Amino acid sequence: MSLPHWSYVAMLAFCLAGTLPLVPAFRLRVLRQPRRLLLTIALAGTPFLVWDLWATHVGHWWFDEEQTLPWRVAGLPLEEIGFFVVIPLVSVLTLEGVRAARRGVRPGAPRRRKEAR
Amino acid sequence: MTYTALAATCVVLAVVLDRWVARTRVTSTGDWWAAYAIIVFFQLLTNGWLTGRGIVRYSGDAILGSGEIRFIGDGRLVFAPVEDLMFGFGLVLCSVVAWTWLGRREARDQSHNEARDEVGA
Repeated sequence: MSLPHWSYVAMLAFCLAGTLPLVPAFRLRVLRQPRRLLLTIALAGTPFLVWDLWATHVGHWWFDEEQTLPWRVAGLPLEEIGFFVVIPLVSVLTLEGVRAARRGVRPGAPRRRKEAR
Repeated sequence: MTYTALAATCVVLAVVLDRWVARTRVTSTGDWWAAYAIIVFFQLLTNGWLTGRGIVRYSGDAILGSGEIRFIGDGRLVFAPVEDLMFGFGLVLCSVVAWTWLGRREARDQSHNEARDEVGA
């Protein structure tokens, strides 16, 4: 596989690289709630994945074989399935990061004094 | 149905879900709009990568534009069909609604259990 085949994977990796550091920075508890997180991904991602399968089937859009990995699931590149896991995850991380920041949590700060007591 | 019609429907359904079905009302919060503002900026970047390079390509019959890849205009913004913004809004809002709804349900169940424990004790 040549480098261009990783083009879509690179985009997913970029999304994760930008949001996963929010977890330690704002001490988010998102990953400590795996059941809630997986249910969120299933509930939100599934209808859009079904739409995607249908849209690809009827030809609304399609994927470049040169810029995706060779594996296909029901005609979709594996990355496209990954998209519907990654996007709900990064959405939740961004929301919780914003919630923490607006509550006054500062990135990297060890712990607020109030909490430490 | 075209992608355009489906994408517009998806925005409406996501808002209906938030306000009247799950009743999470995140669209009334500054947290949601601040998060969405950040997300939509990065969506333009990442989706621009997917569409500008032609990793994903679209049929001109399904979208407002012609199907030709352009940076802006012809129904496109940063290479992506504007319909993708609606698709993205729907997916991101549904994710946040599901997360918030599940969180409230868990908190409610927990307080129910605590109340029951107190009664039981």
